[in-house]
Amino acid sequence: MSRDRTPRTLGLILLALLVFGQFLPQWTLFLVTVALAKGLVVLGLMIMLRCGLVSFGQALYYCIGAYAAGMLGRLFGASDVFTLMLAGMAAAGLVGFVLGFLLARYRSIFFGLLSLAVSMILYGLLVKTEALGSTDGFHVLPSTLFGLRPADAWVRYTVLAVALLVAFIAALLVHRYLGTPLGRLAPAIKDNEIRVEYMGASARHAIHVKYVIAAALAGLGGALAATTVGHIDPEMAYWTTSGEFIFITILAGTGNVIAPFLGALVFGVIQTVAFAISPNTWQMVLGGSLLVVIVFLPNGLWSLFRGRKVA
Amino acid sequence: MTAILDAQGLNKNFGAVTAASDINAAIERDSVVGLIGTNGAGKTTFINMITGYLKPDRGRIRYEGRDITELAPRDVTRLGICRSFQIPQLYASLTAFENMLVGIGVVLRNAGRGGFFSRGRALVPGHDLPAEDVAERILERFGLAEYRDKNAQVLPGGVRKLLDIALTMVAKPKILLLDEPTSGVSAEEKFVIMEMIMTAVRAEGATVLFVEHDMEVVSRFAERVLAFYDGRIIADAAPEIALADPEVKRYVVGGVLRA
Repeated sequence: MSRDRTPRTLGLILLALLVFGQFLPQWTLFLVTVALAKGLVVLGLMIMLRCGLVSFGQALYYCIGAYAAGMLGRLFGASDVFTLMLAGMAAAGLVGFVLGFLLARYRSIFFGLLSLAVSMILYGLLVKTEALGSTDGFHVLPSTLFGLRPADAWVRYTVLAVALLVAFIAALLVHRYLGTPLGRLAPAIKDNEIRVEYMGASARHAIHVKYVIAAALAGLGGALAATTVGHIDPEMAYWTTSGEFIFITILAGTGNVIAPFLGALVFGVIQTVAFAISPNTWQMVLGGSLLVVIVFLPNGLWSLFRGRKVA
Repeated sequence: MTAILDAQGLNKNFGAVTAASDINAAIERDSVVGLIGTNGAGKTTFINMITGYLKPDRGRIRYEGRDITELAPRDVTRLGICRSFQIPQLYASLTAFENMLVGIGVVLRNAGRGGFFSRGRALVPGHDLPAEDVAERILERFGLAEYRDKNAQVLPGGVRKLLDIALTMVAKPKILLLDEPTSGVSAEEKFVIMEMIMTAVRAEGATVLFVEHDMEVVSRFAERVLAFYDGRIIADAAPEIALADPEVKRYVVGGVLRA
């Protein structure tokens, strides 16, 4: 059997970005950091997609993560970037755990639309909540790292470094999870749930666990996005945001834990370039690129790198 | 002899159709029992009730003295009752080897091994080997080694059937329910396949119940025959006696010949 090269590859990417990040222009740092935040959400969607489930409402957890981080700063003055991210992750994971009891019962389009419905409920609630700025949202306090605030010129790089570290750890953990018996159950659940039950496993339990992991990752991504962008609003829970995450998931492919981050980065680059070239029709370029990927790389961008089957 | 499985007074109706009517059967440990009967006679319903897929309207099922009537299929499986399917139930997008690994993974997980925090390669309970070795060994025992890296959906029918049965072996079942193990297999291959299955299964020391339409296969491999007709057991005896029973001849054996 071939050796597992994913941890090493992840480590090399982390190192390379940490080193070269210092020399990159500020706007690219922002681009990469946002891509990492979205990549975390997509990493969760990838776990779900592996067992055949598409959540049309993952923005729910993205938004919960962002608002949890934002409110922690607003109400308690917390600004430590790791505290904020932990809070976002915990809040989203908790909501995911509760909603999981309901959603893990559903499959295919029912699962997708139910998740969409829940995310739109949150959107509706936030839009009507004056205390949280309703449609305008609110600004997130600048975050600190271990009580320190980096010099202005280094803020972007510091946030990127934190994001890289967090994404690296998340990807490693998910990679390990995918190799455990519970993780390996995903394609089996997709293929034949009856057989899964007849082998002595509970498909619903497995899906519930995956759902909570996906929610926590989305919450983490949301909190990271909040600290990076510095502003949050209910759009984060809107269905177009969920659509964007699915877009990236399809673009990236489910072959490896690196794929979601790669997909998010490519998405960010296409979006930025297309917007610069033609501000009015950039969505067309985005749609066209997805079309090209679906036609020529049905298993997503990751199939470009795939020399072997990855667990 | 002690009964490992004891079904008492099982009844099951689907609307106006009676699928099981006062089924009583005590299965002895290490025995090989053939279930015969025409289509719709209630054989698969019997298997479905034992494995928890269907709940009987009345009656109890005891396994090793424990009432398992209300348990779900996964809990019945965890206790050591495994089944194969008339139509193979495989993980179509995975290779034969990966199919085995999924099954072994479940066994590991149910034993609390091979989880997120465990280090190194866990040994599969009952086999005392790492997962990959168990998979290889079972595939080999069922003559499936050459299909190891083929996707389940492209495998020939007979091979799919064998893989379906091989999948039940990962959990070291104490009772194995085989639903028409040789259906879809050519007449001349039936004995070869059945011989291979029984050798592999008996090596693990499981009690076997199998559904079969070919009476030659039944008389060759079964020690005892349960003949089903219209949801009832009309004969319960050694093959030579059961197959000679006038009622069985009329409703079961004759029925197969006519079909």
